[in-house]
Amino acid sequence: MATTGAVKVKIPTMFRKLTGNESEVDLAPGTIGQLIDQLDERFPGFKGQIMNEAGELHRFVNVYVNDEDARYLEQLETKTNEGDQVALLPSVAGG
Amino acid sequence: MRYKSVLDLIGHTPIVQVQSLSPVENVRLWVKLEGQNPTGSVKDRIAVALIEAGEASGELTKDKTILEPTSGNTGIAMAMVAKLKGYRFTAVMPDNASHERVSLLKAYGAEIIFSPGEEGTNGSVAMAQNLAADDAYYMPFQYGNLANVQAHYDGTGPEILEDLPDIKAFVAGLGTGGTLTGVGRRLKEHNPDIKVFAAEPEFGELVYGLRSLEDGYVPPIFDPDVLDGKVKVTARDSIVWTKALLQQEGIFAGISAGACIWVAQRVAERLAKEGGGDVCCLLPDGGWKYLSTEAWTQELDVATEQVEDVLWW
Repeated sequence: MATTGAVKVKIPTMFRKLTGNESEVDLAPGTIGQLIDQLDERFPGFKGQIMNEAGELHRFVNVYVNDEDARYLEQLETKTNEGDQVALLPSVAGG
Repeated sequence: MRYKSVLDLIGHTPIVQVQSLSPVENVRLWVKLEGQNPTGSVKDRIAVALIEAGEASGELTKDKTILEPTSGNTGIAMAMVAKLKGYRFTAVMPDNASHERVSLLKAYGAEIIFSPGEEGTNGSVAMAQNLAADDAYYMPFQYGNLANVQAHYDGTGPEILEDLPDIKAFVAGLGTGGTLTGVGRRLKEHNPDIKVFAAEPEFGELVYGLRSLEDGYVPPIFDPDVLDGKVKVTARDSIVWTKALLQQEGIFAGISAGACIWVAQRVAERLAKEGGGDVCCLLPDGGWKYLSTEAWTQELDVATEQVEDVLWW
């Protein structure tokens, strides 16, 4: 369901068992950290899958805001606005 | 020009201006054509560096078979270098690598061990690491061997500075991280204000599908601190700009080239506000190995589907 004023978060296949198979979730705009909290509220256990005990992102997961890796923006403090696209993707090698 | 060996043709690739692809007038957009290397990709540089590093350390001896996990280009380059130097070579490669890559590897005399395509290159890495426990093999390991970074620090980086001494930003694809780490360090030593950006592929569902996060991989040689930004690019956008390279500038490059152009355009837009300057994209290979995807000839929807089915990075 598309909601106006929302940030769209794309969920990779491997986490969809936590989201009841939803591939895209609409959340209220906020920082990446706040979006992850919202996901964890809706889908208990989500946070534990993508963050370590120190509250840092798992090193094999990348969070993108409008295609840019949030690690090179303001990390978990990166702000999102209405209409932004956020994607969670696992890291892969090439070569 | 006369050369003693095809190995002497590696590197010193041309840089060409592709101004029709720059979104702003005050940014000059350049591409470094790594497809001009003997086996057609940037990987010739690291193949010779990795194999010679093994010889120098004494770990690689004539009785051993060189083994390497690869999505294709590194394997093809290593197969060529191994043949000239008299070693056997075995590539571990995902079974959804393009047909051309498989044919080229066989042409150079390589043995191929296939890993499950749905595990991507990460699956090849894990399989090769298991096989390498056998003493009959020597695994240079492009993802973990600093000779990879060094080849770009010593070769690619200085070449770019020679041609573009006032370069403002550099863009390359993120695979092993060798190009970005080696070139990035060299450029920033020359001028710390030079920005370095990575283009990263966003694969289709199929490639990510069966993975769990624990199967993820970050190459040990990749230094994330050398980057100023990392941008993901879909197969669709990559195809659009790979086609534009051919149609507008006559450059026939591999699919990942379009991803670098797309990122360079975003970088150029930002740089325009700070006075503009030179931006250089490294294009890792030519288009030959991707012809079977019909990226240049099919309509975009069909081409995207066909590219997403193969490992295009």
